[in-house]
Amino acid sequence: MSEAPKDLKYTKSHEWVRSEADGSVTVGITDHAQELLGDLVFVEAPEAGSSIEAGTACATVESVKAASDIYAPISGEVTEVNEELADSPEKVNESPFEDGWLFKVQPSDAGELDALMDADAYAAHVEAES
Amino acid sequence: MTTLKTTPLHAAHQRAGAKLVDFAGWEMPLHYGSQMEEHKRVRESAGMFDVSHMQVVDIHGPQAQAFLRYLLANDVAKLKTEGRALYSCMLNEAGGVIDDLIIYWTGGASYRAVVNAATAEGDIAHMQKVAKDFDVNVEPRPEFALIAIQGPQAVEKTLPLLPDDLRSAGDLKPFSAVWNDTWFVARTGYTGEDGFEVMLPAEQADGFWEKLKAAGVHPIGLGARDTLRLEAGMNLYGTDMDDQTNPLTANLGWTIALKDVERDFIGRAPIEQSKAEGVKERMVGLVLDGRGVLRGGTRIETEAGDGVVTSGSFSPSLGVSVAFARIPAGVEAEQLHADIRGRKLPVRVVKPVFVRNGEPQIELPSAG
Repeated sequence: MSEAPKDLKYTKSHEWVRSEADGSVTVGITDHAQELLGDLVFVEAPEAGSSIEAGTACATVESVKAASDIYAPISGEVTEVNEELADSPEKVNESPFEDGWLFKVQPSDAGELDALMDADAYAAHVEAES
Repeated sequence: MTTLKTTPLHAAHQRAGAKLVDFAGWEMPLHYGSQMEEHKRVRESAGMFDVSHMQVVDIHGPQAQAFLRYLLANDVAKLKTEGRALYSCMLNEAGGVIDDLIIYWTGGASYRAVVNAATAEGDIAHMQKVAKDFDVNVEPRPEFALIAIQGPQAVEKTLPLLPDDLRSAGDLKPFSAVWNDTWFVARTGYTGEDGFEVMLPAEQADGFWEKLKAAGVHPIGLGARDTLRLEAGMNLYGTDMDDQTNPLTANLGWTIALKDVERDFIGRAPIEQSKAEGVKERMVGLVLDGRGVLRGGTRIETEAGDGVVTSGSFSPSLGVSVAFARIPAGVEAEQLHADIRGRKLPVRVVKPVFVRNGEPQIELPSAG
């Protein structure tokens, strides 16, 4: 079972969310998700400045094996995209919770965070899916 | 729930931390950590594949040659030297591909075939049915383990580990084999690199595998096997062709031996007819220089109607996506468009061979 840090929130579709001090949130995919996908070759993140809506597809990660949609865990405006992934998508495989983050969002309704799972609930969700 | 079959190397895969998956009813390694690294290892040094799920079939008896000249679309009469092999399709009466295989002439009235795992049962039933009209014996040899060692350093790393009487394998030409009572070593493969495919008794497989590993030959999973063969321009049965596919539309025309007009073989009549009429489709190679990955099923737009990707992937050696696609035969355009999740991306049409012996066979966009 892959680790899921306790300080993050999770979605059923295997994204993670970290609340930052400035009120924004950082979004990535979990270790479990990168393991399922295998070696990533392209990451198509939403553009900075664009609006995303919770639960809708907003990015695509493509591995040697398959393409997979990333669903916005929260609604808001994209403030920053991890530019390093354009040249080094393997960072998502190597460091899914740190260097491999995908993008940052300024939430329009921080209350949406409460609907996400904590690490224990996510671990149980992964267990149930496998 | 059905129990998956396992090869004599199953314990070795588990020890190496393989991600095991169901492949045609066999529990096989998909990768041992990173498919991409495994792919590069084969192109740059040497890797080994457990291919024991493939089936060895021995064919012997006074009419073995006559039987195989009728059974196979390629002509075993071309095999003039003991140990030589050729690649062939086995066609059905309609000219569709039952399977593709390698057939070795092992001297006298004896041959050895290696067929795909997924089709093995049907292949053997078909062979045995056709064999009823010939004085020939079709004998499956499930007792073998098969290990493919591939890459520029595969031969030098493997040779010292072979039985003493098989060291002459170092002098083998491609598509040739040497053997003793229990081992069979062929200079063949499915990666576009130099190397061997070794058949050996199942009980010796684990020991040989570990010795190869100690010599610096890394285990490679089925994931990298697929991207390696795609780059090398080699078809995958069940993906690029099946029993509904005319081999002339799958880049397999070169394997259909029509030269000897006296030779009848199963599927000859429909193939000759389609050749006379002209086929409606052909297989090409595609390169996507932009960001995105061509996958099996990706729609290709042409001025003469849609084509479809049969095999596609990101190419770890080239850093772009490459594919085989079946398109309308008359299309001569050098650029087509792929429909990737609703976006129309330009793709280049090339010969379907992308990498051989570590060298790119296509032009790549210059970096920067």
